[in-house]
Amino acid sequence: MIKLNDIHKSYAMGSSKLHVLKGIDLDIHQGEFVSIMGSSGSGKSTLLNILGILDNYDQGSYHLGGKLISNMSEKKAARLRNEMVGFVFQSFNLISFKNAMENVALPLYYKGVNRKKRNLMAMEYLDRLGLKDWAAHMPNELSGGQKQRVAIARALISQPKILLADEPTGALDTTTSYEVMAILQEINQAGITVIIVTHEHDIASMTKKVVRLKDGLIDEVIVNGELADFSSQYAREIQSV
Amino acid sequence: MMFDLDKWQEILATIRKNKMRTFLTGFSVAWGIFMLMILLGSGNGLSNGVASNFMSDAVNAMWIWSGETTVPYQGLKSGRPIRFHNDDYEQLKNMPGVKTVSGRFFMGNTRYAYGKESGEYTTVTCHPELNDVDQNVMLEGRYINQIDIEQRRKVVVLGKDIRDALFKDQPALGEYVKINNVPFRVVGVCMEPESTRNRNAFMPVTTAQTVFNGSNRLHNFALTIDGETLAESQSIEENIRRMLAKKHRFAETDDGALGMYNQLENYIQTMRIFQAIKIFIWIIGIGTLIAGIVGVSNIMLIVVKERTKEIGIRKAIGASPASVVGLILLESILITTVAGYIGLVLGSGLMELVNLAMMQSPGGEAQQGGTLFLNPTVDFGVAVSATVLLIISGTIAGYIPAKRAASIKPIVALRDE
Ligand SMILES: Nc1ncnc2c1ncn2[C@@H]1O[C@H](COP(=O)(O)OP(=O)(O)O)[C@@H](O)[C@H]1O
Ligand SMILES: [Mg+2]
Repeated sequence: MIKLNDIHKSYAMGSSKLHVLKGIDLDIHQGEFVSIMGSSGSGKSTLLNILGILDNYDQGSYHLGGKLISNMSEKKAARLRNEMVGFVFQSFNLISFKNAMENVALPLYYKGVNRKKRNLMAMEYLDRLGLKDWAAHMPNELSGGQKQRVAIARALISQPKILLADEPTGALDTTTSYEVMAILQEINQAGITVIIVTHEHDIASMTKKVVRLKDGLIDEVIVNGELADFSSQYAREIQSV
Repeated sequence: MMFDLDKWQEILATIRKNKMRTFLTGFSVAWGIFMLMILLGSGNGLSNGVASNFMSDAVNAMWIWSGETTVPYQGLKSGRPIRFHNDDYEQLKNMPGVKTVSGRFFMGNTRYAYGKESGEYTTVTCHPELNDVDQNVMLEGRYINQIDIEQRRKVVVLGKDIRDALFKDQPALGEYVKINNVPFRVVGVCMEPESTRNRNAFMPVTTAQTVFNGSNRLHNFALTIDGETLAESQSIEENIRRMLAKKHRFAETDDGALGMYNQLENYIQTMRIFQAIKIFIWIIGIGTLIAGIVGVSNIMLIVVKERTKEIGIRKAIGASPASVVGLILLESILITTVAGYIGLVLGSGLMELVNLAMMQSPGGEAQQGGTLFLNPTVDFGVAVSATVLLIISGTIAGYIPAKRAASIKPIVALRDE
């Protein structure tokens, strides 16, 4: 599904360059539930944005569903984003002058689905996320958890292969965070590849694979079976600090 | 087609939910067009007014009147009155370049009476040729003719107001009115075009000289001349002055002894001033338009800046750059078109109202026999072109930043706060 080979990315900082990703090799298969961890500024968001074709990379290769993603026109990138990926942001990024239903329906507008049909589908997705009664509310009338659920519904409505979420629980309290994680787990069980960025161990431990970034490289990858140990290791880490 | 309808629905929804932005964009366009309409309308009104003032008299007309000398000449003292007589009329008639001449003998206020009605009016004594200069319109009957002059007939042509006052609804033609107690037969009724004041009566100059004790005196002349250009007309004017100065023995340069008014000369001068005013108004108009263009462009820049994050969101969920540019531009075109139309309607509506108000009140300026302001409306083509220009410039001004915002990476747009 996703194949990264020696990915490099740096940002121009005035005259100097900030080398953020220094050669990432990563394979993610269909149906996986992956979390990307690492300290602040380690390049997690940068990596996720590249995966979501929201940003480009400098060196290496990125294949998505067997297709090389490289220097494509914005038009082509837009179509691929629309077909393949759903994106969930930490700051929700809902359009403030559209209500919950209209926000959810918007990706279908860009797919050319007619108004009646896309509003019907949007209601269905809102219902699935328990927000049916909030369909007519504007984003500023919703709580953080509700906004994030609207954003998730919007990411799902175009039936993407991959759902990318950058710190989806970053702006939420613990209970709401767990609710959102439960929803993501459910989505993953339906066969969609889910990749999230987080710096919280308890959130990461709810996924099936943890990729740790350090100094622009993959430091370690912990997979399914080892996840049980993950929490205890996390406890040890805290003691050693 | 279904998709197109959808696109407009999306745009209308955006407009409905961003009322302030819509209002600001729309207002600046509507205001620009409105001001332009008023400016150009006023300019046109002034132009039409000036033109109509001149057009009601023949452009090639000239008036000559006598006064007192103001400089000594050939041993004669200054302060000597100059008097015109019938032989001056004959001589003027035969001058080269002079087409028609009418001599006039003024009677001051004269009492007109018919039955029980009477009133004081101005009597203009004249030759038939006076109407070549005045260009009055006959409502009934005829003007003074050559036979009236030769036979010194007691006939009179009444101004419309005099007829209305003396005869009310009764027929006036063929009736006798008493002018300073002398009966005159009414042969015609006339009015001055574009004027609301018709209180002059016209009678043959020869009759007036005989009946009212004028012997062979004339007070002034109205003539039409053959000069096409200003230079020609001025040379004819000079010849006349030289001839009369020699005949009546006064200095050619003595403006007190002989007054002359050359309509063409004044017409050309006024037209020149007027042309300058027109150019000035156009410059202000173009300035207004440029201010409008700059205003719309600025608003579009701000709109795109304000919508950068929204653009990022739309692109992150699969909007193509073209659809984003289309959304912004169609919205801007829709707003500027509607607003431009509103400005057009309000601006031309106001000018039409002013026009209507002026036509319905015969008082004020019109009483003096001339209107300074006439038909202050704007050429429809000019108005529409100005609106289209604003729409196009708004579109171009929006296109550049919209295109830029639509082609950057969505993550860059999203980062924008
Ligand atoms: N557009 C950018 N321009 C310059 N530096 C950037 C930009 N985006 C991110 N960075 C820098 O790159 C590093 C990695 O950023 P990011 O991927 O957002 O880290 P994380 O999400 O792991 O906290 C940080 O030091 C950040 O300051
Ligand atoms: Mg981050």
